[in-house]
Amino acid sequence: MTAEAGLAALWLAAALSLLGLFLSILHVRGKLEADRTVRGLAVVQGLLCLFAFAMLLIVFARTDLSVLLVASNSHSAKPFVYKIAGAWGNHEGSMLLWVTVLGLSGAAMAVFSRRLPSRTLIAALGAQAALALGFHAFLLLASNPFARLDPPAPEGRGLNPLLQDPGLAFHPPTLYLGYVGLSVAFSLAVGAMLAGDVDRQLARAMRPWVLGAWIFLTLGITAGSYWAYYELGWGGWWFWDPVENASLMPWLAATALLHSVAVLAARNALKAWTMMLAVIAFTMSMVGTFLVRSGILTSVHSFAVDPTRGGFILALLGIYVTAAFVLFAVRAGTLREGAPFELVSREAAIVLNNLLLTVILGIVFIGTLYPLMAEAVTGEKLSVGAPYFNAVAGPLAILLGILLTVGPLLSWRRESRPVLRKLALPALFAATVLVIAFLAWPQATILTKLGLALGAGLIPAALLPLIGRNPLRTPLAIWGMAIAHLGAGVAIAGMAADSAFTTEKLTAARPGETVEIGPWLVKFESVAPVAGPNWTAVEAELRASRGGGVEVLRPQTRSFSNPPTETNEAAIKTVLAGQLYTVIGQPDPEGRWQLRLWWKPMVTLIWLGGALVGLGGLLALLGHARRAWRRRAFA
Amino acid sequence: MSRALRLLPIIFIVWVLGTFAWKLIQPSDTTIRSQLVNRDVPAFELPAALPGSPPLRSDDLATGEPRLLNLFASWCVPCIAEAPVLEDLQRRGVKIDGIAIRDTPSAVAAFFDRHGNPYVRIGSDRNSSVQLAMGSVGVPETFIIDGKGVIRFQHIGPIKPEDVPGIMARLEQVR
Repeated sequence: MTAEAGLAALWLAAALSLLGLFLSILHVRGKLEADRTVRGLAVVQGLLCLFAFAMLLIVFARTDLSVLLVASNSHSAKPFVYKIAGAWGNHEGSMLLWVTVLGLSGAAMAVFSRRLPSRTLIAALGAQAALALGFHAFLLLASNPFARLDPPAPEGRGLNPLLQDPGLAFHPPTLYLGYVGLSVAFSLAVGAMLAGDVDRQLARAMRPWVLGAWIFLTLGITAGSYWAYYELGWGGWWFWDPVENASLMPWLAATALLHSVAVLAARNALKAWTMMLAVIAFTMSMVGTFLVRSGILTSVHSFAVDPTRGGFILALLGIYVTAAFVLFAVRAGTLREGAPFELVSREAAIVLNNLLLTVILGIVFIGTLYPLMAEAVTGEKLSVGAPYFNAVAGPLAILLGILLTVGPLLSWRRESRPVLRKLALPALFAATVLVIAFLAWPQATILTKLGLALGAGLIPAALLPLIGRNPLRTPLAIWGMAIAHLGAGVAIAGMAADSAFTTEKLTAARPGETVEIGPWLVKFESVAPVAGPNWTAVEAELRASRGGGVEVLRPQTRSFSNPPTETNEAAIKTVLAGQLYTVIGQPDPEGRWQLRLWWKPMVTLIWLGGALVGLGGLLALLGHARRAWRRRAFA
Repeated sequence: MSRALRLLPIIFIVWVLGTFAWKLIQPSDTTIRSQLVNRDVPAFELPAALPGSPPLRSDDLATGEPRLLNLFASWCVPCIAEAPVLEDLQRRGVKIDGIAIRDTPSAVAAFFDRHGNPYVRIGSDRNSSVQLAMGSVGVPETFIIDGKGVIRFQHIGPIKPEDVPGIMARLEQVR
């Protein structure tokens, strides 16, 4: 009965979104006073989706093998936490999660965004209902998660063992929260353009959603990058793979939107541009979902491919995006731009930031889709790899980083103070590092050297906006900004350091032999078989030392029985100066084992930086929430 | 912003969506072709797959006349189906060299006892290193090598009887 209850809730929720869409159109046209009804419908619809998702969790927790989805994606012998994670570790479940988050976002918008003019809010809820309706149709007609299997399967068909990892169990839902959070920004933009009310009030309503979505995207991408780094055993943290780019593109758009929405909130400027970015950000989320789910691009990430499903998402994408852009084309001309600003001002810096981010977005977009476009025109198959992305996006990212050191110090509208003097110290750091880079590491690329210098300058510069303020009285949003920018500096330093200082060694060694890598001496002690709950493995014991104590590392090659898959479990030792990364491969007939070793100084800075950026976003969100709360308390 | 400028994103979006739709209805072709077609055979030197038979070096392939290089394995079921077709080609005077992938001498010998041996020389590629260097992703695969040792054609999967005229024509073409 659980599955049927979930399915019924979904149908009911779909019907309510249709009703909500209908009533909101009547309300916006002034034919009917339906403000309270539409808001109520949005809340009930969200709760019904939540109920359906809870039902799915229950059938997965019980391993109810009479449900097709459970039988094909779970197994009774799987650890409990992965049984739960299995609920969204597949196409149908993840689409239900998407719809649930979409519904709950609509409900939250109905409850919390009451300061908006009624017509704007109801139009936005109508747009949200239209989105929900499309995805409900997709779920119910093309990817029903509750379909039954009769007779029930005797045992489940397992779950991809690569996904049996805490990092990955929570990576997709984090990204989804980000993707779907941007849907609210999209709906608010559509609502505001329909109602003709693009102003500071709208920006204030939109900002927490953009910020929240952006935090989830930041953390999702950071976690995904770290997962690929330690689980796949390739030793790299970003591969410019289409699926990675699919998550990077919404992040770039959201980052630009986050900054332009701040200008709109503070200065009532950049109206049309902000609306455009809100539409683009969600478009990129949908394009990302489409690329991942349709499988039209060749990627190392394999997902179940089904042309009907791809076609469905494409149709939804086409309808929503085309409608939003047509609306933008009609309404953008009617938006009156607000306060003017001068060339040297925070607004101008943010406009420049937006331009750079948009160009980088365009570069990633073109690079990701170029193989497709080329095949459509010439019929030739090709792929675009890291050299293109690094060479084209890299210099722009460096420019963006330089802008990041100056921008936060500028004041709104017009800068009259001598700002550059404050930057003397960071500039000195950067110049010193640049000189050292040229002298000590001539083999590093120019981009790497610039990255190191930029990191050294940006880390202190990011903290400058805090100087001269009372730390306790400084608004949380300013703290958030400083910490997020600091995180960007830390991440840039980590990326540059990884490409400058990493040493790699691929060797074949017999037990008892010692391999040298960077400052480490690694003794290959022994190889032994080990077993886990649903896998067996060959485990090597490595003893690494740098003169002082001995670190023991145990890399494995794991064989999962159900489904039969082999994975590399890298053993990683993190020390203050960096990470020693070890992978064991296959034996050869002479009794030697492939060993792959990396010494990666400062590599952890990449993810530390990502986490700091997310933390900064969180502080800013808390700051805005607290201020909104106070405003309400005094109103 | 002029109206034309505002219509630009729509045109762009429609174009992108159109390409997506085109790709979606394209039948998906996941065959991975070797990038080495029309290039020299990568240099290699393999031990003999059978004791007493000659080993296989890349230089052995450039003999002035075109020949086939067949990648097979005793553990590969489609290779059994392909065996009589290779013998037919050999009877027509085609020179065929073989590379046994991830195999042992005894298993290869047993395979030949049961299904015949159409090969001039057979190399043993114990860890697929030559296979990977050739840009091959599975067994069986057959390459047409011209007299100068240049790869001219890659046939993926077993050669079926109906493929024989095509293979013969290509061999004639590169002569």
